[in-house]
Amino acid sequence: MKRLFLTLFSLSAIGAHAADIKVAVAANFTAPMKQIASDFEKETGNHVALSFGGTGQFYAQIRNGAPYDLLLAADEKTPEKLEREGLAGGRFTYAVGKLVLWSSKAGYVDGEGKVLKEGSFGHIAIANPGLAPYGAAAMQTLKGLGLLDSLSPKMVQGENISQTFQFVASGNAELGFVALSQVWKDGKLVSGSAWVVPAKLYSPIRQDAAVLSSSKEKTAAAALANYLKGEKARAVIKSYGYDFQ
Amino acid sequence: MNQEDIGAIRLTLELATIVTLLLLLAGTPIAWWLAKSGSRFRNAVGALVALPLVLPPTVLGFYLLLLMGPNGPVGHFTEAMGWGLLPFTFPGLVLASTLYSLPFVVQPIQNSFEAIGRRPMEVAATLGASPFDSFLKIALPLAKPGLVTAAILGFAHTVGEFGVVLMIGGNIPDRTRVISVQIYNHVEALEYAQAHWLAGGMMAFSFIALLILYTFNPAKK
Repeated sequence: MKRLFLTLFSLSAIGAHAADIKVAVAANFTAPMKQIASDFEKETGNHVALSFGGTGQFYAQIRNGAPYDLLLAADEKTPEKLEREGLAGGRFTYAVGKLVLWSSKAGYVDGEGKVLKEGSFGHIAIANPGLAPYGAAAMQTLKGLGLLDSLSPKMVQGENISQTFQFVASGNAELGFVALSQVWKDGKLVSGSAWVVPAKLYSPIRQDAAVLSSSKEKTAAAALANYLKGEKARAVIKSYGYDFQ
Repeated sequence: MNQEDIGAIRLTLELATIVTLLLLLAGTPIAWWLAKSGSRFRNAVGALVALPLVLPPTVLGFYLLLLMGPNGPVGHFTEAMGWGLLPFTFPGLVLASTLYSLPFVVQPIQNSFEAIGRRPMEVAATLGASPFDSFLKIALPLAKPGLVTAAILGFAHTVGEFGVVLMIGGNIPDRTRVISVQIYNHVEALEYAQAHWLAGGMMAFSFIALLILYTFNPAKK
């Protein structure tokens, strides 16, 4: 009897165990992830702590023992690299990012991006193409349009996509290539004017996630990873202008 | 080290030299006023000058980006003067770094001026020296250790600046890409070997700068 009691007690303790999941989130995915994490917390009772930042920085932190459970990267390279090094597993693409040419001024960017050819602006902002996938996609787009050489002298680089957005939002750069998710909500542009760059002009920006091998909450982290693939989370992700594979 | 690294080093040294000269020119009168003035605004000005000591550089950089932008008062002014906007330019970095390193220059000079006391200046006045004369011939030479400390700290601090430049620089080679930003780029791109060259160099430089400071200016026993 006593034994049964103990078993029941420990079972209920397991059931009540609320995990604390630490997630490293790519800066461009900040807004949707906040919403998804809060939905997930309500449904499961687990607690989710989100850290936002650059994917390269997260990589360095994870290699040096940072206690994250789940990584939502801005690219597919970093999770792949971590998996090869035995530091992560269970990779999947949680969103496909879209590139947009955006200005904080209404009517500045036309629906076909012709403003790029006119070139009557002082600065065009892009994310550092060596570091940020959206920066690399912007370079690819400009190259494809044959505008790279003529626009290079006007180019300013943000270290990540958030900073690039800031340069454009503050008007210091008249326009710039940012992530659609930064200027898009509920299926429409939040402010300013924009040209959603056609997907054929750049390679898809696949954003991959992976559960980290060092995680002490692997089950809960996998549950959150699964939740990201679910319908409810996908509806949120889509409303911020992301695509899926 | 590649061409870009060398460009970043050259740009940083150029920036730090110009900023140090400007800071000595602007910081000395401010330090004198703070040391000698009985004005009721003295504490407020002192606190304002010391702000960069406690503010995260990104806060300063963020506000400078807004102030110097097309919708900010500084931006309106520079555009009206026909200078264009300051973010993403070398003069913009000079202005930002000058503000950022101001306390590192003003405070040592101010301490030296305060240490002189009233007496030497009063003696000079009784001997018929004008206030400006006695400032140049008595106060400045007596404050020399403070001026040297200020110059070394101002220079070294500007070399080490990162957050402000990151916010307003735009990472443009040979114009705004300084050493600290280049180190960040290397680390983010996982080019750790190149990062070590620059970061190690920066450590050595900072250590030597402080060593010179302490050798030249030993603590009073």
